[in-house]
Amino acid sequence: MSSTLLRSSTVRCALRASTSASSKKARFAGATFVRGKATLPDLPYDYGALEPAISGKIMELHHSKHHQTYVTSLNNASEQMAEAKAKEDVQTQIALQPLINFHGGGHINHTLFWENLAPTSQGGGEPPKGGLSKAINDSYGSLDAFKEKFNAALAGIQGSGWAWLVQDTQTGSVGIKTYANQDAVVGQFRPILGIDAWEHAYYLQYQNRKAEYFKAIWDVVNWKAAENRFK
Amino acid sequence: MSPFITNYTLPPLPYSYNALEPYISAQIMELHHDKHHQTYITNLNALLQSQAESTQASDIPTLVYLQSGIRFNAGGHINHSLFWQNLAPAQSAEAKTSAAPKLMEKIKQTWGDETKFREAFNTALLGIQGSGWGWLVKVDGGKEDRLVIMTTKDQDPVVGKGEVPIFGVDMWEHAYYLQYLNGRAAYVEKIWNVINWKTAEERYLGGREDAFKVLKASM
Repeated sequence: MSSTLLRSSTVRCALRASTSASSKKARFAGATFVRGKATLPDLPYDYGALEPAISGKIMELHHSKHHQTYVTSLNNASEQMAEAKAKEDVQTQIALQPLINFHGGGHINHTLFWENLAPTSQGGGEPPKGGLSKAINDSYGSLDAFKEKFNAALAGIQGSGWAWLVQDTQTGSVGIKTYANQDAVVGQFRPILGIDAWEHAYYLQYQNRKAEYFKAIWDVVNWKAAENRFK
Repeated sequence: MSPFITNYTLPPLPYSYNALEPYISAQIMELHHDKHHQTYITNLNALLQSQAESTQASDIPTLVYLQSGIRFNAGGHINHSLFWQNLAPAQSAEAKTSAAPKLMEKIKQTWGDETKFREAFNTALLGIQGSGWGWLVKVDGGKEDRLVIMTTKDQDPVVGKGEVPIFGVDMWEHAYYLQYLNGRAAYVEKIWNVINWKTAEERYLGGREDAFKVLKASM
């Protein structure tokens, strides 16, 4: 590995310290991507805070093991990508793309997911207001009708993946889309609210009864975070 | 139900739920077989019924719409039916590679030795992004059959022309999570203790009909 690819930990700490004092929005971006190096963001609540909807054990494994693995693997792939670019090795760059897509997507998706959940004591489950509420009602009639459609989309995922409430950046309207594995919501659509339908997100508590997980998770959805993403 | 429709039923496990312990827990086996596999079969039967009705009504858009569900649920039924048969209790004679002399000869010829083959297979399993399966497959090479390691996503089955699945390893999280949690590498390492080499040898020496005979039995 070329020594220029090694980042000094002093620089990284300094950057992290400077981002922690800035605005909420900048903190989200800053804490997870410091100078191209991804780091695991802190959960904005305790592991047990989403019980009984999601158990503390699931949250701990999901955050400290699964999300951490995406972060570590993304950084490894990114370093290899930087090397391949430096060497103008296009074949290796292409070979690395699926890894960047998967682990980069895993990092992005989980970061958004932690933010769009909250304990009921911190507003989890309280219905959306304002423009987002109106957009949902315009498209689905009511919040309950929307949840029903969203849960059907979650249940229809064949394998691992996510369901998202997305905003079409061309029309401004909202819709439900599912994504395979760790494919991230990028391009035409803006992620507003995501629910993880990988088995590791619920299996220790719900086993094969995933419909129960999909029903329970609405009790801890942080609609405030969703509203902040909606434009 | 239409008389033209095959109604699939859950094939019984060829051993008890706890027979694969300590490598796969009884709790995993029971949920995996009774709940997950059963759900694929239930969904498949309903979809085949809809397919028959749509065929009768010449409703082509619906027929096309049904395809991905049929592929997924039929794949789930095929894959799990093969999987149960290609596992065996660790202490049994079937779980020793000596139960597959011809297959091992071909494996050594292809990968150099058994260790290298296992390493290649494990690497393939751990490279799966999301849900899926890893398979050892016999491929009709025209002149001579070849062995290849394949991965399939979600419930895609090994059904390509000239392909015979020898054994498969389920890499869905439901196959290991209750016991191994995020420790995928440990599951991949341990499952070799319960591979049924006798079944693998039979599938290797036979054709596709032999590999899929358990499906015929579950109609």
